[in-house]
Amino acid sequence: MAGRVDAIFLALIAFSLFFTFAICFLIIYFAVKYRRGSKADRTTTAHSGALMEFLWVFIPFVIVMGLFVWATIVYYHQYRAPDDAFEIYVLGRQWMWELKHPEGKKEINELHVPLGRAVRLTMTSQDVIHSFYVPAFRIKQDVLPERYTSVWFRPTKTGTYHLFCAEYCGTRHSGMIGSVIVMDPVDYESWLANGLEPESMAASGAKLFRTLGCSGCHDVNSTVRAPLLDGVYGHPVPLETGQIVTADERYVRDSILLPKSQVVAGFKPVMPTFQGRIDEDELLKVIAYIKSLGKNVRVER
Amino acid sequence: MTDVAHASSPHLAHHFEDMGQQRASASLGMWTFLGTEVMFFGGLFAAYCAYRFSSPDAFRIASRHLSVLLGSINTAVLLTSSLTVALAVRAGQTGDRKEQVRYLLLTMLLGVAFLGIKAVEYSMEFKDHLVPGWNFSYSVLHIPSDVPERTAERTELFFVFYFFMTGLHALHMIIGIGVFAWITHRARRGEFTPEYHTPLECSGLYWHFVDIVWVFLYPLLYLVDLHK
Amino acid sequence: MSATIEEVETQRTEENYLTADYGIWSWFFTTDHKRIGIMYMISITFFFFLGGAAATLMRLELMTPGGDVVQAETYNKLFTLHGVMMIFFFLVPSIPAVLGNFLLPIMIGARDLAFPKINLASWYFYMVGGLFTVWAILAGGVDTGWTFYTPYSTMFSNTSVILAVVGVFINGFSSIFTGLNFLVTVHKMRAPGMTWFRLPLFVWAMYATSIILVLATPVIAVAMFLIILERSFGVGIFNPKLGGDPILFQHLFWFYSHPVVYVMILPGMGVVSEIVACFARRAVFGYKFMAYALLAIAVIGFLVWGHHMFVSGQSMYGSMVFSMLSFLVAIPSAIKIFNWTATIHKGSLSFDTPMLYALGFIGLFTIGGLTGLMLASLAIDVHVHDTYFVVAHFHYIMVGSAVMAYLGGLHFWWPKMTGRMYPEIWGKLSALVVFVGFNLTFFPQFVLGYLGMPRRYYEYPAEFQVLNVMSTAGASILAVGYVLPLIYLVLSLWLGPKVGSNPWNATGLEWQTSSPPPKHNFDVTPVVKEPPYAYSEERNLT
Repeated sequence: MAGRVDAIFLALIAFSLFFTFAICFLIIYFAVKYRRGSKADRTTTAHSGALMEFLWVFIPFVIVMGLFVWATIVYYHQYRAPDDAFEIYVLGRQWMWELKHPEGKKEINELHVPLGRAVRLTMTSQDVIHSFYVPAFRIKQDVLPERYTSVWFRPTKTGTYHLFCAEYCGTRHSGMIGSVIVMDPVDYESWLANGLEPESMAASGAKLFRTLGCSGCHDVNSTVRAPLLDGVYGHPVPLETGQIVTADERYVRDSILLPKSQVVAGFKPVMPTFQGRIDEDELLKVIAYIKSLGKNVRVER
Repeated sequence: MTDVAHASSPHLAHHFEDMGQQRASASLGMWTFLGTEVMFFGGLFAAYCAYRFSSPDAFRIASRHLSVLLGSINTAVLLTSSLTVALAVRAGQTGDRKEQVRYLLLTMLLGVAFLGIKAVEYSMEFKDHLVPGWNFSYSVLHIPSDVPERTAERTELFFVFYFFMTGLHALHMIIGIGVFAWITHRARRGEFTPEYHTPLECSGLYWHFVDIVWVFLYPLLYLVDLHK
Repeated sequence: MSATIEEVETQRTEENYLTADYGIWSWFFTTDHKRIGIMYMISITFFFFLGGAAATLMRLELMTPGGDVVQAETYNKLFTLHGVMMIFFFLVPSIPAVLGNFLLPIMIGARDLAFPKINLASWYFYMVGGLFTVWAILAGGVDTGWTFYTPYSTMFSNTSVILAVVGVFINGFSSIFTGLNFLVTVHKMRAPGMTWFRLPLFVWAMYATSIILVLATPVIAVAMFLIILERSFGVGIFNPKLGGDPILFQHLFWFYSHPVVYVMILPGMGVVSEIVACFARRAVFGYKFMAYALLAIAVIGFLVWGHHMFVSGQSMYGSMVFSMLSFLVAIPSAIKIFNWTATIHKGSLSFDTPMLYALGFIGLFTIGGLTGLMLASLAIDVHVHDTYFVVAHFHYIMVGSAVMAYLGGLHFWWPKMTGRMYPEIWGKLSALVVFVGFNLTFFPQFVLGYLGMPRRYYEYPAEFQVLNVMSTAGASILAVGYVLPLIYLVLSLWLGPKVGSNPWNATGLEWQTSSPPPKHNFDVTPVVKEPPYAYSEERNLT
């Protein structure tokens, strides 16, 4: 991806250099040739400027629209994460980054990733707006409170790269930095296995799912009629209102915090809100668990 | 032609050529100013819309608590005052001093009546603990138990916009009444003639604008949930 | 017209607007647009050097990667102060309120602006706004950045945000009053024969600028008002936990703050058009296209605010539309550059100080504009957004171009405003020093930005130090370039040789009245009989 961004950048630089030098050359050339008192020929031809004006409206128009299309196509791919991407959860707060691996390993201001695999970051903030910026990967995305944003990258070279907060977030904004460490997949596996064996995000989520009482209703054996959550994630859900929404992070989050706002078709709005009973960190875990439920099987009800 | 006008009118400012130019300038200036005002209230309406779309239920529930009756009476009062202003301007065009003063006083009276009713509404809302940032509590709104707490909390946003928008509107009204007091004083001295009544006309334009803003505020705030 | 003529002729001809009245109150209560312009000039100079002092401290701090000159809190307050002062209290009023105020009525043959009292009120609003902001500094400063992004500004910052926001809010009235006055004046107060397409491009630029001032400023007023409410009462407007939306603030903010970039650059384009035509002794090439381009920039400028928010989380398709519209702004801008270049073709060029500034403007604006294309490109903007690349880009436009144009215009019309000529050699030197200092300061920042150094960083990784030192070195040269004109221009008030009404031998109504102009601008209301920039060979022979 960095290569594709740099290609446009270089093309624009070439275009800009050509343009700047052409203008500067003309200005200096005219400045010398037509300096006051020089004997240059100043008789002007009678043609109107309209043709010239049309040309220098039309040619730049074609060029900039071409640039627009090119840059937008690259942006589209920057924006859309591939399906095989594995997920890292990011929590920004004044003034540090908390990053969680799907296996449960948590890091502060450091992110270890394996070479060659697409990584999708699901990010939220605990306080103000931050921005997750890794210059080497040419990616940047604001991180907002009470909202999820995401960005993805696929590292192509091992090494250590800067991670910056790019949105001004207060006194120690410039201290909200870290590094992304791209490792050989083998090293990455041993790094993951090293140290404490923490619970995976999904496993902690499963525990919360029970301790918070979610399983009491959202379970096959439950007496309360609530939708089963297997394979729901990433799929369309018909609502009571007749709308159909895709069950993404935002939907899951809203369903936990605002259960009555988007009730699944055919169910009663009986679920209580978990507002105040679950924090951002736990929310991410429950979401990870729901994602893990029958990832590619759609369970028929 | 210019020298005649120059010599004849005491109202001609030194930098204008003639009364026609002065009048056209004042009028264009007023319209431009109203353009600015439109953008100001436009920004507010945009913010209102953003929040109404993101919390539709809260806005519905909160709006029910406003008094549609008082709001409607106020709308009628204000629309009538627009009529009296138009009549005052008309009297300016004919140069009828008595009519000018009469209609201007009537307009100010209606304006004060509007503010009075608004004050009654505000005091009711204050008693009901509905002033955000002061004493807000949504317990008085009788929110059905199946409405999530989060939606209930967002009724505060509605009242933020309610107070902010009607408050700014009321501020414009107070300024308008102040301007009219001065204009009435000038009208009583017989300053406005068929040849010269630009201040009367411009302040009338301003009043109509304030009126129109209310015409938008009324449905956006009072009539949100009336169709049921 | 006869009565007018007689009336004005009764004044003594040697009397001018400076000598018409004496005493401090004759200034504070003046409704003369020329005096108000001078009052603005003095005030913005004060705020410019205040903002400049903050910039100097920032550049000193950034000499080394670690924090040593000031504390992190102080650094954050410095860049906020720098931004607020330079944007709201220097750049926005600079050319319009100083040169525009002084020249616009004279250029169209009017005796004053349409609403002289409102014009005076605009200066008072400006000063009261400025005092509030200075109060905010004295009360401990503000650390939100000039962008006041929520929820940081409303819920987290512990500094005097409200005072600064009130200052910006009040200052908005001064912009609106100036814009309103200009619009009405251009529409209604033109001298006989001064048709729309005989207006100098400077007047067209002021007209386009005024449209933006009048229509965009009220929206920032709403945004600032909401910040005050939210910060005072914590009602949740920008607090996502209470249903508020911090991104809404960014929309309201940029709906004003992007068009306002054109408030800073359009007047500069107007000034440069005047200067280039005069010192090339040729009519501006493609005059009508130049006028339409100014209007086009003003109009399209209202539709591109979302390009400040490509990574804010706004919809992808929204970003694409904003990107395309942003590219479109390049076209009228390119027209201007081509036409200036075509204007000097076959001219008879002399290189007095204003011309040096104007040529510098064209070069820097070209670079600023082209890097703007890079920022409009979605894929590149994701990378360089909020880095020094952006900082460099907007300084090329707002300092490189706008301040160059302001200084060029100030030198060009200085003899008209004061009746005295500045020392030419010092003028040329300062133009050169500013140009070199500017490029040395800001060109390295393009590189820094693409390498990934984020803006508003108090400390930075050591690998960025070399470029930062270059930038700081350039800033010291730039500072000299800005102090020089202050000194010699002030001294010229006493030491400069007196000049006649038209030292540059220029066309334009402002050169047909005496220097300094009489109180009511013209002894006889002029009648315009020819298009603007009617330069010809005969006029050169003087």
